[in-house]
Amino acid sequence: MTILVFKILLVLVLFLISLGVAAYSTYSERKVAAFIQDRLGPNRAGPFGILQPIADGIKMIMKEEIIPLTSNKILFVAGPAITMITALMTSAVIPWGPSVTIDGMKVPLQVADINIGILYVMGVVSLGVYGIMIGGWASNNKYALLGAVRASTQMISYELAMGMSIIAIIMTTGSLSIGDMVTGQHGTWGMGWNIFVQPLGFLIFLICAFAECNRTPFDLPESETELVGGYHTEYSSMKLGFYLFAEYVNMFISSAIITCLYFGGYHFPFMDKVSAIMGEVPFAILCVMVFFLKILFFIFFFMWVRWTIPRFRFDQLMNLGWKVLLPLSVLNMLATGTIIVLNS
Amino acid sequence: MQPLSSRSKIVSNKTMSWSERLYIPAILAGLKVTLHHLFKKKVTVSYPEQTRPHSKFYRGRHVLKRDDQGRENCTACGLCAIACPAEAITMVAEERQKGEETLYREEKYAAEYNINMLRCIFCGLCEEACPKDAIYLTDTISTSGYNRDTFLYTKDMLLEGALPETRIDIQARRKGQREGAM
Repeated sequence: MTILVFKILLVLVLFLISLGVAAYSTYSERKVAAFIQDRLGPNRAGPFGILQPIADGIKMIMKEEIIPLTSNKILFVAGPAITMITALMTSAVIPWGPSVTIDGMKVPLQVADINIGILYVMGVVSLGVYGIMIGGWASNNKYALLGAVRASTQMISYELAMGMSIIAIIMTTGSLSIGDMVTGQHGTWGMGWNIFVQPLGFLIFLICAFAECNRTPFDLPESETELVGGYHTEYSSMKLGFYLFAEYVNMFISSAIITCLYFGGYHFPFMDKVSAIMGEVPFAILCVMVFFLKILFFIFFFMWVRWTIPRFRFDQLMNLGWKVLLPLSVLNMLATGTIIVLNS
Repeated sequence: MQPLSSRSKIVSNKTMSWSERLYIPAILAGLKVTLHHLFKKKVTVSYPEQTRPHSKFYRGRHVLKRDDQGRENCTACGLCAIACPAEAITMVAEERQKGEETLYREEKYAAEYNINMLRCIFCGLCEEACPKDAIYLTDTISTSGYNRDTFLYTKDMLLEGALPETRIDIQARRKGQREGAM
């Protein structure tokens, strides 16, 4: 019973944290953008502009809600809802910290430690494309449709290479559960991170994660310079807000997954010595903080890349996905398999 | 053929090497550049709190001067309006009545004096044209507004106060002009 209460509490906290991190990502994105361009960024709402996300949210809600007359109204509303739901669903299988003892039972800091965690993530991420596709199609606008078509081709293309690079990780771990993948990276000093075993796989996964999140240099679906606004051209008010917000939630979740798969999740050097000194709960909190530090770094990295690399052309995007990343990931998978067979 | 300038370059069509086609070193170099900018000094001037330093004879908002007894200098001769290339200045002249000697320096004065700040180009020709030392451009930055009416500056907005402490000092500008002339 206490475990159930604990899990429900965890779900609620995760929900709030996801939204909070996403909200403040919009703020920090503007700040990072400004700083990289030698500007100051938003600094009027509250000290250092801390209240900017709240101001933006109020603005979004107060805007006029427009549903085009020629659109398919049900699908038009369903689009942003699906995008938001799928974005928030992924966080269920991410292990946020080591297990804690409740009622004499070891409970991991994870909503659901399902044994096919990584497949669940891949499945939910591919569902996300429906939100964009439905929204773009229901708008009955050629720009929106083109944006949606671009988004779906891009996501489908990059999912392949992403899946292949994950297979290499599954082979080294021998499990599909993300919890096992993270504990498997403990190593000798808490530094047995997969990045050292799978540097190529990491690079492929990272590039694909950028493409899956529709972030620059892969932000073709919403390339405002050529497609007006991409798939959300016809959207306004909080429906547009949901699309934009889901992008930041996705960014947070993919940072968490990159950390889990390649950067040892909540593991940090000499964690065994630290856990010997500290109690169980403070140690768990410390682990969660380490995990969040890694996530925040990757969120920053997403923004850092956005203001460094220009957008790809569509043919370049397809070339990279199919002719470079896919063969490379297959090669990586084969090499990993060969080494595992030779070692056994 | 002889090149027209020494700056012409021969176009290079060389293909990229394998390491260049990886793009990763180039991307890392780009990331380094942006990271460097992250810690650079910001160029923004947070305007209402900070102002950009400007020269002593910056040409900003106009002022209509009074003489040392507090009387208006302007005689509504209209030379400033004629000199104005943007035709921003309009005025209505009025004859000074008996008993108004403490208000206006000479027999004629401007009952209305309007400057349309949307037309004004802050060239300072009005000030050069004025024979009576009546109009000057100050170093106060002309403010913006939400509608066109707020840009029509009337005489009561332009005229400086009669009391010594409400006078607007334009000595720096006068001196600056003299230095500039030298």
